[in-house]
Amino acid sequence: MTPAKNKTLLKASGINKSFPGVQALSGVDFDLREGEVHALVGENGAGKSTLAWIIAGVETADSPEGQAGGMSLDGQAYRPGGRADAEADGVRVVMQELHLVANLTVAENIFIERMPSRFGFVDYEKLNRAAREIMKKVGLGAVEPSVAVRYLGVGQQQMVEIAAGLSWRCRILVLDEPTASLTDNEIKLLFAQIRKLKDEGVGVIYISHRIEEVIDIADRVTVLRDGKVIATRSTSELSLNDIIRMMVGRDLEHEQLRHGGEAGEVALSVVGLTLGDKVKDVTFEVRRGEIFGFAGLMGSGRTETMRAVFGADRADSGEIYLGGGREPVKIRKPRDAVRNGIALLTEDRKEQGLLLRLAVRANISLVRLCDVSRFGWINMSRERSVAGRYVDALSVRCSSTEQTVGELSGGNQQKVVIAKWLYRDSAVLIFDEPTRGIDVGAKFEIYHMLGDLAEKGKAVIVISSDLKELMAVCDRIGVMSAGRLVATFDRGEWSEEKIMAAAFSEYVTTRPGSKRSLCE
Amino acid sequence: MIIEKRAAGLPAFVTDYLGMALALAGLIVYFGIKADNFFTVTTFRMIANQIPDITIIAVGMTFVLIIAGIDLSVGSVMALAGAVLGVCLVRFSLPLPAAIAVCLAVGIVCGLANGFVVIRWRLPAFIVTLGMLEIARGGAYLVTDSRTVYIGGPVEVITDMSILGLSLPFIIAVVIVVMGQVVLSCTVFGRYLIAIGTNEEAVRLSGIDPAPLKLGVFVLCGFLTSVAAVIHTARMSSASPNAGYGLELQAIAAVVIGGTSLMGGRGSVVSSFFGVLIIAVLGTGLAQIGAQEPTKRLITGCVIVAAVILDHYRHRIRKGGGTKRI
Repeated sequence: MTPAKNKTLLKASGINKSFPGVQALSGVDFDLREGEVHALVGENGAGKSTLAWIIAGVETADSPEGQAGGMSLDGQAYRPGGRADAEADGVRVVMQELHLVANLTVAENIFIERMPSRFGFVDYEKLNRAAREIMKKVGLGAVEPSVAVRYLGVGQQQMVEIAAGLSWRCRILVLDEPTASLTDNEIKLLFAQIRKLKDEGVGVIYISHRIEEVIDIADRVTVLRDGKVIATRSTSELSLNDIIRMMVGRDLEHEQLRHGGEAGEVALSVVGLTLGDKVKDVTFEVRRGEIFGFAGLMGSGRTETMRAVFGADRADSGEIYLGGGREPVKIRKPRDAVRNGIALLTEDRKEQGLLLRLAVRANISLVRLCDVSRFGWINMSRERSVAGRYVDALSVRCSSTEQTVGELSGGNQQKVVIAKWLYRDSAVLIFDEPTRGIDVGAKFEIYHMLGDLAEKGKAVIVISSDLKELMAVCDRIGVMSAGRLVATFDRGEWSEEKIMAAAFSEYVTTRPGSKRSLCE
Repeated sequence: MIIEKRAAGLPAFVTDYLGMALALAGLIVYFGIKADNFFTVTTFRMIANQIPDITIIAVGMTFVLIIAGIDLSVGSVMALAGAVLGVCLVRFSLPLPAAIAVCLAVGIVCGLANGFVVIRWRLPAFIVTLGMLEIARGGAYLVTDSRTVYIGGPVEVITDMSILGLSLPFIIAVVIVVMGQVVLSCTVFGRYLIAIGTNEEAVRLSGIDPAPLKLGVFVLCGFLTSVAAVIHTARMSSASPNAGYGLELQAIAAVVIGGTSLMGGRGSVVSSFFGVLIIAVLGTGLAQIGAQEPTKRLITGCVIVAAVILDHYRHRIRKGGGTKRI
């Protein structure tokens, strides 16, 4: 633990920032010491990224009235006019979204701002040598520096981005959600690098949704809520639940998520579904009033299975039975699935689930426009009242049903997707990673929605990479491994170890030499 | 997180068109002062006679652009449909209604062909309709033996008819504009088109099959093009295989001036009509103050670019940075 006597690197006081219609930060005080990891936590929209961006010069704070607030670096007034200014002062940020140039090589991306050159030509030998050194530090030693970034997995790309940040000599490093798509192993390597930076006296500002990580790596935590600082404390004084309680302003510890109600008759039955080598002979059934979880590693075929059930991709073979029927239903297109009462809430809601530029109203009514129209004519007031009803029922936080969906936070966007399918009144609802990129408070709201749906007699399927989440909300969990459904556990039978063992099983038996590929 | 509701003030449909109407009024006032004979009934009647065909085509083009497509073949298809109309009337002596029916069928078939190829093989509409541009132009030359078909009387009845001093073609064009706007903003079909232009994959995964809807749009554009062909032929009293040369670009320019996005999902038929009017007033006005063809084209080009830049800012202000992550 870093001794408190270390001198203060950066001090910010009374920081205000507003965006049109939103007060993102109000009167925020923050300080960072030498050799310290200071974590910023809070729900989406709490203002973590905004604060970090102001420190890194990406955004400018609103000018304080009467010089009430401002920032100082080493006791000197610090007022970066842009990212380049901040970098000149030794403050660097690694952003949450990837900013890599996909067609350039790993080495070129790391050194994009200062390519070693001779007579205007890039000195590739020197470039690759320097890149390899940095890459080794973050566990990318097995990757060639001369490989184009687009051939890497998302996790590795994120490591490249981090490597680029680490490659600079800096005094303050801001990491905005660095671990969002990293595996445990990669996270360990990253933490080792962070600790090394600490020893060198670098101050690290660490933003993350994953509270366990924060407790592991950070010396101090600042909790933000609605643009205000709730507390700044030493990590050693806090437990996970303390932090969550401060973030959401209420206690979530003992929420009973699933009562294990009676499951009804079979709603969906899938037999021998096969699609290339992604989905192999998958057979399962889901009953009404049941929540069935799909666990498995990334790329184990869970999403592909569901897309095939939904008709988004055409299966090679296999049958799908609905509502206990004896004849298989033909599902060639998503349209067939929707007509048969199946709904798929995709993993990537921005690209596949929402019309971001359109209003909340238009997004909700899209799947059932015929219901708010007569002879092809949309009844706008009816549409508005339907949308309003669902917005209220799911407590979607928006200014009105006319607000553009793209302006909402991740959790509220997900609620709009759910509202849309609730309106369609499907019998089988498939949720693919329903809580990805959603803050803790909204996550729990969504868990409760899943429970309510099951209680209303819907058959609910949930795919999630978060095992704890599945174990909290599901009645049964099926585990996929390398395209096969290898095991199904009832509530009470499962444990984290059993599920993980099943998830790895196919990879171990079928592809003994391919352990590396699991990490991608 | 919570974005306050924008200051209401005027209803949306007024503010949407206010900018366009002001720009148009500004042009009219400017030319009214600059040119002696601009502010006369003759001028406006001339403009009203000029624009029906391009207006109707611009309506079709607006729909195609809204689904993130494009139709470069409209000029040639208009020539082909007009040529067929002329040949039917002159060589086969068909009665006017029958000849018009054949002409409209030609437009529909061309639109169907465009749409089918684009959808079936998932090809870019730009290339497919570029092919149709050549095909239809070649067809027009073949049908007419590369000569202008003089029709005269039989087809002039269309332009001769007028109601309240407005010619029938102009009335048809305005009716099509109004109907187009209503279809776009009030019907399920229109809503689906906007949704497809915004995010086609999300629409597909919502259980709506985009293929027939997109096909419908290409057919609609072909159909409207052939309606424009009837009107154009009537105005010229003849069918020329060279008709509608470069019309596709004029139509796209008008639509874009009206603020319809080439990326799809956003557009308005009425705004496209304003775009047509702005180009027409600009052309007529410049001619009256003595500008030559090269100057006219140069200025029209600048107006197109300026309109798109303005539209960019209008949308930035409207969005108000609300999509920013905080």
